[in-house]
Amino acid sequence: MFQKTPDQGEKIKIYYEGRCLKTVKGLTVAAALLSNGEIEFRESEVSGQPRSPYCLMGVCFECLLEIDGKPNQQSCMTVVREGMKIRKQCRCIKDPDVNS
Amino acid sequence: MSIPEYDLVIIGSGPAGMLAAVTARQHDLSVLVLDEQPAAGGQIFRNIEHLKSYRNSDFKKLGPEYIPADGLIKRFRACGAKYLTQRSVWHIDKELIVRATMPAGERVDTLSAFKARRLLVATGAMERPMPIPGWTLPGVMGCTSVDVLYKSAGLLPDCSVVLAGCGPLLLLIANRLLAEGVEISAILDTNPNKALLKAIPHLPAALRAPEYLIKGAGMLLKLKSTRIPVFSNIEDIKAEGRDRLEQVRFKSNGRLQTIETDLLLLHHGLVPNVQITRLLGCEHKWYDRQRYWEPVLDKWGNTSVEGVAVSGDCCRVSGSKVSELTGRIAALESARALGAISGTERDKLASPVMAELSKHKAPRSFIDQLYKPRLSWIVPDDEDTIVCRCEEVTVREIRNAVRLGAHSPDRVKALTRSGMGLCQGRMCGVTAAEIIADELNRSPGDVGYQRVRSPVKPITLEQLVNSG
Repeated sequence: MFQKTPDQGEKIKIYYEGRCLKTVKGLTVAAALLSNGEIEFRESEVSGQPRSPYCLMGVCFECLLEIDGKPNQQSCMTVVREGMKIRKQCRCIKDPDVNS
Repeated sequence: MSIPEYDLVIIGSGPAGMLAAVTARQHDLSVLVLDEQPAAGGQIFRNIEHLKSYRNSDFKKLGPEYIPADGLIKRFRACGAKYLTQRSVWHIDKELIVRATMPAGERVDTLSAFKARRLLVATGAMERPMPIPGWTLPGVMGCTSVDVLYKSAGLLPDCSVVLAGCGPLLLLIANRLLAEGVEISAILDTNPNKALLKAIPHLPAALRAPEYLIKGAGMLLKLKSTRIPVFSNIEDIKAEGRDRLEQVRFKSNGRLQTIETDLLLLHHGLVPNVQITRLLGCEHKWYDRQRYWEPVLDKWGNTSVEGVAVSGDCCRVSGSKVSELTGRIAALESARALGAISGTERDKLASPVMAELSKHKAPRSFIDQLYKPRLSWIVPDDEDTIVCRCEEVTVREIRNAVRLGAHSPDRVKALTRSGMGLCQGRMCGVTAAEIIADELNRSPGDVGYQRVRSPVKPITLEQLVNSG
């Protein structure tokens, strides 16, 4: 959906869902994933439907990810670091009827 | 734990916050600026320092009004204000103790609380949510998000794009995408044809600052000179797809149209980000022409709460130049209130700024009337449309709650969970109030807004415990 224009930033590696992605220092996690073609960031807490960033400026909370073990991180406001381990933010309760 | 004290704490380092800091430092106030973003400039001048240094050709393409921004940020950086980035303010108490989160990966320390002798809220504006069926699908985004990606990361859509809505920012972004060679497959112009007629009485006042009109007309002409299909008289926009956006359906002049696309950008103007002024209990009023709440201010930017002022687009949305000027005015008032200058000195220093402000505010009534938000794009006819994205609450559920007797946003929130998700009502609060007002045949100004409580940003228990 998005393609990065050439930039002379320092190249670094991050991991999304165990996959190694190449990105550039200084980018936010959201921008790094979008430029690598990743658009599903989380599952809706209610329906489990896939969600993707909407505002990219800290308002909508659609870009939440699990970053280095911490859930609910706003990826549009978190800057990438070398070796960062990122996971999709999954719904807490997969099937409320079964678990109750 | 001793809490560091500052004469002036400014929340936000956009044009308003930066100019306020620079001005306050000229009068030797101790100043702290907090911002949740990684760099100064706010959304309009986002990442400008990096762009200027590393992507100079992109920087030049942004336009002439961005040239002074680099100098402004340099002045801000050198002004002697303490500046902390990646700090989200989550609580401010009656004594003006401001509590902020730490950047990810850093330990919570004493630098997470600050005492403000005076507080300036300069948190800017956000896009007005434009709920349509399917707008939660990946591939549907706020129009300004592509601007953020472009400025902050050099990212551009690599697919054809559909833009829907109206407003100066939609024109600006459409022009920028075109200049970068991005294919725009259609623009769905939701502004009714008669909008211009209704705005014409406001035109003479707008001519006091003709540069705004010239820029707007230039952007419109540029779009007209291309072959991009612009659809008008739009109804019933729907985003459709299974797990991501596949197509956009809509009616134009009564005819059903379908366009296949991966990316739909929605824009229905801007609304002030009033989360902090709401938290502080400042009085707000309904601005009907642009359908939003704004804090009630005197001419110096003071709110109804002692020691708290507001500047920039988090009151009346008026653009970066007005933000800079209101930032300067609020800082002069702070200098007076803290005894750094006398009332007479303040008046003398503020007088030329006020004159300039009046000029730059002149085109707003024309622009605000021309792009007056339409209720049909705020309160969707299709009652299955999701209003609260976090909790997936629909128009129907909110209407039903009102019919059950929930006549205030707080009661609707309690019944439906609309506004209880992680965004804390930022994306649905205005819409929910509009639906309640529509159902009750009243003005949203009478219905009111849901109560904003701290923490206004989600925090961890660790952060709460360590906040003392």
